[in-house]
Amino acid sequence: MKHVIIGAGPSGVVAAETLRKLQPGAEITLVGEEPEAPYSRMALPYFLIKQIKEEGTHLRKDPNHFAQQNIKVMRERVASIDRAAHQAKLASGGTLTYDKLLIATGSRPVAPPVPGMDLPGIFNCWTLADGRNIASRAKPGARVLLMGAGFIGCIILEALAQSGADLTVVEMADRMVPRMMNDTAGNLIKDWCEKAGVTVHTSTRVTAIKKGSKLAFAVEMSTGETAEFDLIVSATGVKPAIDFLQGSGIETDHGILVNRHMQTNDADVYASGDVAQGRDFSTGDYTVQAIQPTATEHGQLAARNMAGHQGAIHRGSVNMNVLDTLGLISSSFGLWMGKQGGQSAELLNRERFKYLNLQFEDDVLIGATSLGMTQHIGVVRGLIQTRTRLGKWKDKLLEDPTRLMEAYLASTQAIGFNAALMK
Amino acid sequence: MHKALQLEPEKCTGCLQCEMACSYENEQAFNPSKSRIKVFNFHDEGRFAPYTCSQCSEAWCMHACPVEAIVINQKTGAKEVIEDVCVGCKVCTIACPFGTVNYNSDSGKVIKCDLCGGDPACATACPTGAITYVDADHTGLARMKAHASQTIPKA
Repeated sequence: MKHVIIGAGPSGVVAAETLRKLQPGAEITLVGEEPEAPYSRMALPYFLIKQIKEEGTHLRKDPNHFAQQNIKVMRERVASIDRAAHQAKLASGGTLTYDKLLIATGSRPVAPPVPGMDLPGIFNCWTLADGRNIASRAKPGARVLLMGAGFIGCIILEALAQSGADLTVVEMADRMVPRMMNDTAGNLIKDWCEKAGVTVHTSTRVTAIKKGSKLAFAVEMSTGETAEFDLIVSATGVKPAIDFLQGSGIETDHGILVNRHMQTNDADVYASGDVAQGRDFSTGDYTVQAIQPTATEHGQLAARNMAGHQGAIHRGSVNMNVLDTLGLISSSFGLWMGKQGGQSAELLNRERFKYLNLQFEDDVLIGATSLGMTQHIGVVRGLIQTRTRLGKWKDKLLEDPTRLMEAYLASTQAIGFNAALMK
Repeated sequence: MHKALQLEPEKCTGCLQCEMACSYENEQAFNPSKSRIKVFNFHDEGRFAPYTCSQCSEAWCMHACPVEAIVINQKTGAKEVIEDVCVGCKVCTIACPFGTVNYNSDSGKVIKCDLCGGDPACATACPTGAITYVDADHTGLARMKAHASQTIPKA
């Protein structure tokens, strides 16, 4: 059996390792287009602030790991897929023949349609190469503009601020991290950043970038304001890397369409991770979640199906995120915006930047948003994914949402009355 | 045969010596807020529940880690955080459905129970036998049976 995996991020690597476990004799080739050993983009911000060396970003720390697993790692770009011939065509000219193919190419940054975005010295923060470029330019005191305050923007924000740069953030939406945080939480994060000395413009777009007179760039904003910067970092969003599939006949929408086996419309072609439009646990819809836990979940599932384990069906991944913005830790889970006809519990301490919002449907937790909470936060995922009936504990949570862990223990563990061990 | 922590809430008096022992063992300070084991207080029922990582076989935290900072200790079966490798991204803290991986803002890394390398300080410290370190196969069978019987509708 010949397995070819395109994409050497977390999803592709986990898939390759899972395949190796299931099929010790199979031929497994992992193709990544970047020159480095397979690494994690999640770790780039920590590389940026020099907390870790480049090796610290590597997905597997043993340099011989892939050789030992008999997984062939190729640094090549796949230019196209020929499904009829079961071949992946490499940009360098070669071809790879497959029995089963996994597409785990992740996403690529999208540049906003702003005049001047093509000027040299404007960087994404997406690859190790980008990280090196930004780290060498974001010197203490440098005036840096960050375009976009989504999840990735906020992670870089932390790194840029720590490097001592004079930082300005521009975000189109009316709050920070709009796709992960509600109005209250998103604006609390904004307040927090401003308190830390970062200039934040929400509901603002960059309308043009030109060469500056004093500094490298002169930037015009939708508010009419103009300012000059030494460095511009763009984090205005990403999209699945599916361009190379044009004309392949593999069905795509926003990402690659897959069924509950992570299989595309071609029975021998699978997709996983940020490129795949996989099942969402909460809604049952097929969406691109683009988060690390989902990427590895997809990778494992795809591999099991590629190895012939048809019983491996995707139940759906819980959408969730955790973010550290200059020390303010936020997280959101599932249907954090709630559901019509549901109920919610909310606790807010604006002065201390503490916030907890729980969303229920009947007596089941379906989503949550938190700020400033770092202890036992995983039970939110546990309660959502097990659809645990909270019974009387829902009413207690409506009164005091911080009793989440007690509610979890009382509803799932053999404690006190539940144990029937104490008469 | 791996051993596991057996937690028996009905024996717990809420003295918190396990939390003190855990934090002293792992952080060299008597600071329950840094303990890997927590005692939850059901004050309206007068009950307590010690709770920590069960070293589950799914190892959600380990699979979610983007930098291979959580590994299995082959001797104990514990999933351990390698502090030097952990970057502090906290993905494991939301991935663990049991809520037993926590972020430590002092170190900028995550912490979880590592069974103290095979001699858990909490079990040693517990004066009532609510926390014991026993053969993994023996943990919780009585509890599982009892709990299951509660969820089966009576005829």
